[in-house]
Amino acid sequence: MSTPPSPPSRSTSRDLERYAGLFAARTRGMKSSAMRDIMSVIGRPGMISLAGGLPDTSSFPPETFAAVTARIAEESCARALQYGPTEGLEETKRCIAEVMAAEGMHPDHADMIVTTGGQQVIDLVTKALIDPGDVIIAEGPTYPGAVPVFHAYQADVVQIDMDADGMRIDLLEETLDRLECEGRRPKFVYTVPSFQNPAGVTMSLPRRRRLVEVVAERELLVLEDNPYGLLRYEGEPPPPLYKLDGGVYVMYLGTFSKILSPGLRLGWVVAPPPVLEKINLGKQGADLCTSTLSQLMVQAYFELEDWRDYVDSLTEIYRSRRDTMLDALAESFPPQAEWTRPAGGLFIWVTLPDFIDTTDLLARAQRENVAFVPGEGAFLDGRGRSSMRLNFSGSDEGRIREGIRRIGEVIKEQVALYGTLTGEPEPGAGQERATPEAGGGRVVELPRRGAGPDRRARGS
Amino acid sequence: MSRVAVLKGGRSLERQVSLRSGARVEDALERLGHEVVSIDVGVDLISQLRESAPEVAFVALHGGDGEDGTVQELLEILGIPYTGSGVLACSRAVDKVLTKHLLLEAGIPTPDFFAFNQTAFGELGAAKALPAIEKRLHFPIVVKPSSQGSALGIKFAGTPEDVPAALVAAFSYDGKVLLERHIEGRDLAVSVLDPEPGEAGGPQALPVVEAVPLGENFYDFEARYEIGRTSFVCPAELPDEVTERAQELALATYGLLGCRGFGRVDLMLDASGELHVLEANPIPGLTETSLLPQAAEAAGIGFDQLVGRILSAPGGSR
Repeated sequence: MSTPPSPPSRSTSRDLERYAGLFAARTRGMKSSAMRDIMSVIGRPGMISLAGGLPDTSSFPPETFAAVTARIAEESCARALQYGPTEGLEETKRCIAEVMAAEGMHPDHADMIVTTGGQQVIDLVTKALIDPGDVIIAEGPTYPGAVPVFHAYQADVVQIDMDADGMRIDLLEETLDRLECEGRRPKFVYTVPSFQNPAGVTMSLPRRRRLVEVVAERELLVLEDNPYGLLRYEGEPPPPLYKLDGGVYVMYLGTFSKILSPGLRLGWVVAPPPVLEKINLGKQGADLCTSTLSQLMVQAYFELEDWRDYVDSLTEIYRSRRDTMLDALAESFPPQAEWTRPAGGLFIWVTLPDFIDTTDLLARAQRENVAFVPGEGAFLDGRGRSSMRLNFSGSDEGRIREGIRRIGEVIKEQVALYGTLTGEPEPGAGQERATPEAGGGRVVELPRRGAGPDRRARGS
Repeated sequence: MSRVAVLKGGRSLERQVSLRSGARVEDALERLGHEVVSIDVGVDLISQLRESAPEVAFVALHGGDGEDGTVQELLEILGIPYTGSGVLACSRAVDKVLTKHLLLEAGIPTPDFFAFNQTAFGELGAAKALPAIEKRLHFPIVVKPSSQGSALGIKFAGTPEDVPAALVAAFSYDGKVLLERHIEGRDLAVSVLDPEPGEAGGPQALPVVEAVPLGENFYDFEARYEIGRTSFVCPAELPDEVTERAQELALATYGLLGCRGFGRVDLMLDASGELHVLEANPIPGLTETSLLPQAAEAAGIGFDQLVGRILSAPGGSR
């Protein structure tokens, strides 16, 4: 076939130079990952994904949704389609106040900004506080979705180990002392104290008290991220850090995502007025205001229904799914695996022997049509390679059982192979499985990967 | 002008790269005046191909079914002409172990290696042979899944203690793995293009590309596709005789495997100036940061022209 005269094509290496020279230094920390490449193929039919952090929105009654939208159409159509104030609608703040009161907090509405999901709070707080190289203290592992935000602002993230009682405050204090000696002052501590994502553990009351004291002594801020606090399946809730501190050093992040709908993209922040002012300015630059339509939907929903009933129904569903997953883990995972036993939230954190790399394991698991989140995304320092996050809220019980069975099979295959390769009996074979302690959850083991095999590359 | 089906995406671990290659190819084909049918390869591939009845298929798939001959076989069955290598060349190139045996037989230098199936360890006690292998290859060694086209699952073992975990990782991707002597040196890639129809001569080796990791970013899978993390030098700054030798080895490898249309051969240049062929890619990346388009441009072949040439070169097994 003949080739017609074509418009000049864009040149490849010129493109490279053209764009490479324009990128901000902060984009250097924004990496794509092997994990993302593997995750991108999990959306296929038949796949059981225990990877998401998805609430079960299928249990929300469509009649209620219809009633909510009908009410907005009748009563506030023009307003719903209009811009709103940056800090959010007063009606939404009243709903937020109800939700926070359910956990014993009573903030002033003036100290509150309604945001586009809780994720925006992490972004706005980091934007307001962090210059390149400033230190943020986070849990290890931390919420994987916070990592790209911290990277984008070129923060230096220092992660503090956790155990079954949450962040080790003794290690936090040691770290703060060390940083002080080095002349580096952290700006804030980022924590998910209740049913942590991804570890599933909850910070104990003594640790909460001590954390609040430590930050007051050192005049540091805390960003308390609490999306799951109301999704408790057993036991008494410890008070939020915000309540213990009275809102002096603790900034509070809440969201409707897990108690109502993530599709609304509605969250909020409560912070001391000077910080809030900076957050407000940052939000003006980011998106002017949070969706008025979403805010009015929440308001209408709170008027039409008792929001607690829906949370109660979710709690019932998730408790049973968590129990199913814990039973399935005990049945299907080899004795070398350890996992947390969350009293609420959406996630279980599993740690495997350190010769298993969970990113590679995911590639093997996806051939069996099952997926999880490899632990490396929850660390910024290369740890977490032998851990995985499992979600129990987004799949029904049959799929949870089958998914865990399939993952268990591929882990056992790798354990057996390693045993064969090292010529030793399978590590841990014959040992009694340590039973997870009731109510407490096992210690979160976060093994450090030393000078193990490195990733090396040849690409296509 | 032709109706061209661009096959992209698919279910391989290189899906993302393939989607980017495919999108660029589609743009180029449209600029060349072709009618483009875009197909994200999945369970409905056959019905999509039957429905759209393309005159030719442009295979822009990387890894998995798209590069191992499976999709090519289906296209043969449907009688749809397609771009690039045929079933046999794909089957050879996707299997690094087979490729290396063929290279050895043909006298083309490739790093020493040993290959195993998972069953060799499970049922034949091959673990007992590991110390002997390690002795012969010398550390550090590279452990690779045989068929994975990307860098996923490739591990570097510095000591005998690293080998078992590296093998477990590599077996996550494939039932066959190889342990290969690590060649310290420079990473080179030579792309090969078949001549325009009617043009005299055989396949043409394009200028050599060298991939140089930037700063502290060691050369990894992610970096390979990311602007600003690896710098590509094309033509690579090499003595003329090394360039010629690299191109000669690439053409020999391309011919040995029976590749058609286009392809890319990856090599290492060691400290003593010796070249070693690592592997061949029958469908190399065509993204903004891929090596073949850069090499083509250095040879004065723009992206649209490159796509036009791949389309018009006779592909497949015939």
